[in-house]
Amino acid sequence: MAKQSNEPVLWALFSAGGVMAAFVIPVHLFLLGMAFPLGWIPAPSYEHLLALVRLPITRLYLFVLCFLALFHWAHRFRYTLYDGLQIKHLNELIFVCCYGGAIFGTVLAGYLLWNFR
Amino acid sequence: MSDARPTTRYTEYHPRWYRPRVSTWWWLARWPYLKFILREISSVFVAWFVVVLLLQIRALSRGPEAYAAFERWLQNPLIVLLNLITLFFVVFHAITWFNLAPSAMAIRFRGKRVPDLLIVGTNYAAWAAISLVVAWFLVRS
Amino acid sequence: MAETISLEVLRYSPERDAEPSFQTYDVPLRKDWVVLDALNYIKDNVDGSLTFRWSCRMGICGSCGMMVNGEPKLTCATFLSNYANEKKPVRVQPLRYFPVIRDLVVEVTDFMTKLQSVKPWLIRGEEKPVSDGEYLQTPDQLDCYKQFSMCINCLLCYAACPVYGLDPVFIGPAAIALAQRYNMDSRDEGAHERMDVLAQHEGIWGCTFVGECTKVCPKHVDPAGAIQQYKLTATIERFKTFLMPWAAR
Repeated sequence: MAKQSNEPVLWALFSAGGVMAAFVIPVHLFLLGMAFPLGWIPAPSYEHLLALVRLPITRLYLFVLCFLALFHWAHRFRYTLYDGLQIKHLNELIFVCCYGGAIFGTVLAGYLLWNFR
Repeated sequence: MSDARPTTRYTEYHPRWYRPRVSTWWWLARWPYLKFILREISSVFVAWFVVVLLLQIRALSRGPEAYAAFERWLQNPLIVLLNLITLFFVVFHAITWFNLAPSAMAIRFRGKRVPDLLIVGTNYAAWAAISLVVAWFLVRS
Repeated sequence: MAETISLEVLRYSPERDAEPSFQTYDVPLRKDWVVLDALNYIKDNVDGSLTFRWSCRMGICGSCGMMVNGEPKLTCATFLSNYANEKKPVRVQPLRYFPVIRDLVVEVTDFMTKLQSVKPWLIRGEEKPVSDGEYLQTPDQLDCYKQFSMCINCLLCYAACPVYGLDPVFIGPAAIALAQRYNMDSRDEGAHERMDVLAQHEGIWGCTFVGECTKVCPKHVDPAGAIQQYKLTATIERFKTFLMPWAAR
C-alpha cells in the first residue's frame, strides 16, 4: 500500500466546512452584517444575545461553525494559490500558512468560547 | 509499458514539440474559468465572516459598552460595504455548492439514481428551513 | 448564407518553424459541413501539407479533437454554419495543454501512460472457467457504471482542465472516469489496486472541481462527477483504515 496521504482528511474538513458555510453563514451574515446594523430588523438586545451565547449548546455550535469554516477556507485557498498564481514552488509555505491560520483561528475561537462568561 | 514516463530526447530524427506555457492569467481567458476562481475566492469571505463572528463574541464577553461599540463599528459604511460584498460571495458559494451536490454524490435508491433536481431541491429547502430556525433564535429582544 | 467562410488554422512545422503561426483559408460554406470537412477541403484543394488526425467522422473514435475558437470540440461534430455570422475567421488550433507535434496533431503518450496506470480492465481475484457461464449483471448494476463507459478517449476534457494545464502530472479527468467505470462494475474486484494510483496527490486530489471537463465532454460522461464520487470513496476508505486497521487489506 502506498504511503497514506492526509489529503482525504483535509478534503473531508473542507467539505464539511462547505456544507456548514452554505447552510448557516448566509442568514447569520445577512442579519448580523446588514439587517441589524441598518435597522431593517430590530437588533436583538445585549441581554438576549448574552443569554443565548452562555448556553453550552450555542457555544458548541459556534465553535464547530468557526472550526469547519476556517478549514474550508484553508483548503480552498491553498489550492487557489497553487493553481491561480502558479506559485507551486512555495508549496510548503502555503500549506503551513493556510492550515496554520485555520488552527490559529480555531484555537482563538475555542479560547473565546470556553472562557465566555 | 513500464511505469516510467517516456523520456524525451531531442535527437536528429525526433520532432521538436511545441509546448506553450500556461499564462499566469489563464483564469481571465474564459468566463467559466473566471467564475471558478470567483467561487474559490468566496472562501476568503467565509473566513472574514468567522473574523466578524469572533469579534462579536469578544465584544459580548466584554460587556454592554463594548458590544455597543461593536454594533457601531458594524454600521460604519465601509464595513457595511465589505459585509455586503461578503454576503454576495457567501450566497454565491451556497448556490454553487448546492448546484454541484448531485454530481458529487451519486445517490442510488432501490437501484435507480435519484434525480438531480430532487437533490438540489432538498438542499435549497433545507437551506430555507435552517435559515428560518437561526433567524428565529436571533430576531428577538 | 454566405458562399465562403474563413478558417484561421495554426501551422507548425518542427523542421522549419521555431514558433507556430496562423494561416487563413477560405472554404465553401455548405450548410451540412463540419469543421473537419473544411480541413479536408483545405488539404485536398488548397494546401496538402496541412496535418491533422481524424477517422470515423461521426463522433465515436475520438481522433478529431481540436480547439475551435478556444473551445475543445470534436471537429466532426462542429458545424461551420454555427460560425457563419461571426465577423472573425474560425480559429482552429491543436488540443490545448498537449505538446504539438505538427500543425494540429498533439502528443498524447502522457494520457496513454496514465490510462494504463489505472488498470482499465476487469480485475478479478479468481476468473470463472468459461464452462461456468457468463458473469450476470442486472440492468441496475449496469446503470451504475454505464455513463463512465461512454468515454471515447477524445481528450477534450484534458484540454478543458486548467489543473492539467498547470500541472501535467495530474492524472486527469478521463483516466479517473475510466477507473471509476471499472470500480463501479459489479464484475470487478480490483478497486483497491486502483486506489494506490488514484489516491496520490497527482491522482484525484489535484482536482478542484472546476467542472469544465464535464461541460466539454461530447459523450456526457461527467468525469467531474466521477472524480468527486471517488474522493468520497477514497475518504471513507482512509477513515476505515484509520479507525479499523485490523481490517486493512
